[in-house]
Amino acid sequence: MKYIDEYRDEVLTRGLLDEIRRTATRPWTLMEVCGGQTHSLLRSGLDQLLPPEIELVHGPGCPVCVTPLELIDKAIALASRPEVIFVSYGDMLRVPGSERDLFSVKAAGGNVRVVYSPLDSLKIARENPDKTVVFFGIGFETTAPANAMAVVQAKAQGIENFAMLVSHVTVPAAICALLESPDVRVNGFLAAGHVCTVMGYWEYEPLVEKYHVPIVVTGFEPVDIARGVLMCVKQLEEGRAEVENAYARAVRREGNRPAQAVINDVFEPCDRPWRGIGVIPRSGYRFRDAYRDFDAELRFPEVQTIATKESSLCLSGLVLQGLKKPNQCPAFGKECTPQTPLGATMVSSEGACAAYYRYGRLAEVQTPNPQIQTGQAG
Amino acid sequence: MCLGIPGRVIELYQVNGMKMGKVDFGGVVKEACLAYLPDLKVGDYTIIHVGFGISQLDEEEAQQTLALLREMDMLAGELDAP
Repeated sequence: MKYIDEYRDEVLTRGLLDEIRRTATRPWTLMEVCGGQTHSLLRSGLDQLLPPEIELVHGPGCPVCVTPLELIDKAIALASRPEVIFVSYGDMLRVPGSERDLFSVKAAGGNVRVVYSPLDSLKIARENPDKTVVFFGIGFETTAPANAMAVVQAKAQGIENFAMLVSHVTVPAAICALLESPDVRVNGFLAAGHVCTVMGYWEYEPLVEKYHVPIVVTGFEPVDIARGVLMCVKQLEEGRAEVENAYARAVRREGNRPAQAVINDVFEPCDRPWRGIGVIPRSGYRFRDAYRDFDAELRFPEVQTIATKESSLCLSGLVLQGLKKPNQCPAFGKECTPQTPLGATMVSSEGACAAYYRYGRLAEVQTPNPQIQTGQAG
Repeated sequence: MCLGIPGRVIELYQVNGMKMGKVDFGGVVKEACLAYLPDLKVGDYTIIHVGFGISQLDEEEAQQTLALLREMDMLAGELDAP
């Protein structure tokens, strides 16, 4: 398919890997921010083909993984109410709450539905005027325009039996928190390409100045990721720290202005807790006053009192900050598998633990003569 | 979650005052909201995420990048040649 196949080209990827090998003279640790990039990296085997100087650690860019346990418990409480139809993206159904997940609410007779687009939840609301449709509005800046549009349309069309449980998080604040953390040793970042299609990359320019780390906007196919790594390593070797764009076919500096306008109309920045990491100041969105009628937590105030502490068994917080690799967790592949997940990083299709399990990075060993896998995701 | 799939716009229309369209993903056709891409025309390529077009793909940029990479590959081949 156009715009995919040419970026899975093995010859081009190998050429970029050779150039990375020629460029890197000492060890560098890079973080790919987005969980989609982590999966692509492992699926293609690029992680095993990079020269030993380059280490990629996996970032917090998986909204399913960083959604706090408390919000999952609130979702489960809402979904269990007989007057509610709870609507979600599919990824959230198997994320364990403190006692059960949304899937088990559905199995027990709860009205839980999965949609592809948030606009589908408005259709469900129109067809079920006697129920309240609650949509689980999670995601990064990539998803915010879609969720915001659903609320704008609900207001415009007078759909009153629609509400949203909002758990939106934003990338630049998370990168800042990682850079401020004394434990985190990341020399450069591969910024999440699809977040940047919406927000652009001007927000990162003050960060590279303040922290003197290169940030390279990077796509998702093997050629894109190898190119992002190369551009980042070149900057580091030359002592530069700039924002560069390795995904220019999709990302412009200013981003998607009409999408930003609707996000800003519906949401305002707020502090948000990140699962496994803690509260990061101004790292998410909540409804502005004009749209507060659609806030599920105000519509059902009883859920506001739900407060849940996270389990101490799961290392996902350290994994999400790039401090541990999934296969360094004692529970990985034993107590914790995609069938019996202890944490969200093992549940989500984009979680680093799920990626390590799925692509067989079960221990810290290198496979001899790994090949670039250029096929479609299975 | 932030998965975005490139597709080609094959039809444009309005629903509830919103720009919508049919997008072809290598043979699979789905409806998408294209309100965030006011300049998008039939035949253009866009990245679709949860049923919304979030970016128009820039053919010229794409060709330039690929040409640059192929050139780099050829240069490296010459360097490696005995």
